[in-house]
Amino acid sequence: MSPRPAAPAVVVDRVACTGHGVCAGILEGAVTLDEWGYPIVHAGVEPDPSHVATAVTLCPARALLARRSS
Amino acid sequence: MNEILWYASRATGVASITLLTAVVVLGMLTASRRPPRGVRSAVVIGLHRSLALGASLFLLVHIATAIAETYVNIDLVSALVPFTSGYETAWVGLGTLAFDIVLALVATSLLRHRLPERAWRTVHWAAYAFWPMALIHGLALGTSSEPLLRGTTIACAVVGAAALVWRVGATDPDRERRSAVLAQEWS
Ligand code: SF4
Repeated sequence: MSPRPAAPAVVVDRVACTGHGVCAGILEGAVTLDEWGYPIVHAGVEPDPSHVATAVTLCPARALLARRSS
Repeated sequence: MNEILWYASRATGVASITLLTAVVVLGMLTASRRPPRGVRSAVVIGLHRSLALGASLFLLVHIATAIAETYVNIDLVSALVPFTSGYETAWVGLGTLAFDIVLALVATSLLRHRLPERAWRTVHWAAYAFWPMALIHGLALGTSSEPLLRGTTIACAVVGAAALVWRVGATDPDRERRSAVLAQEWS
């Protein structure tokens, strides 16, 4: 069996997200924006944990959640 | 010493209103129907947050020095409870009320992750009340003899009002497109 792909560092609440793109600005590489300005989270890219915390606090719609590190 | 405190209080007062206006404008940009997107939005919202905390520090100094100096009679109670100061009761009281709202705004925003979104949002709307109150407080007191200080406060009012008009008036490009499509003749 192939190893499970790494879980993404953040999850987006699609209903709450208003597409401000703050997450993509802070978590460069791990989050990019689609053509409508909504975030695409790339699993496998591990962003700096302190950046994750900043992005979660600054998301204006409170739509960004950090995955609990187990 | 007293004189230094008096001038410090006036200077930090004007610095506070300038910073607070910037915070309010950045907040309105984010909340508008045409918000900055992408990296720019991260800068705007980051500045909104850090300037808000910075402005609160200036505000604290402004209030502490106003209490400490003894030209006019403002004590700790009247710095927290509106309309209890013996000096210029109405105008000082308006500033106190504005400060109380700022306290509520900062507290709810720092605790945002523990509050229901509704509660945070309701309190955050109060920003639209505190900002004009702070402006009137600034215009009515202290700065009357200094054209530079008064000019700064007036400039803040003008910039903030312009941002407010834009906040209310800016339309969403998507919505414009949707109504344009709706208005088309169907063949
Ligand atoms: S910062 Fe928040 S609202 Fe903005 S795109 Fe990211 S998840 Fe959505």
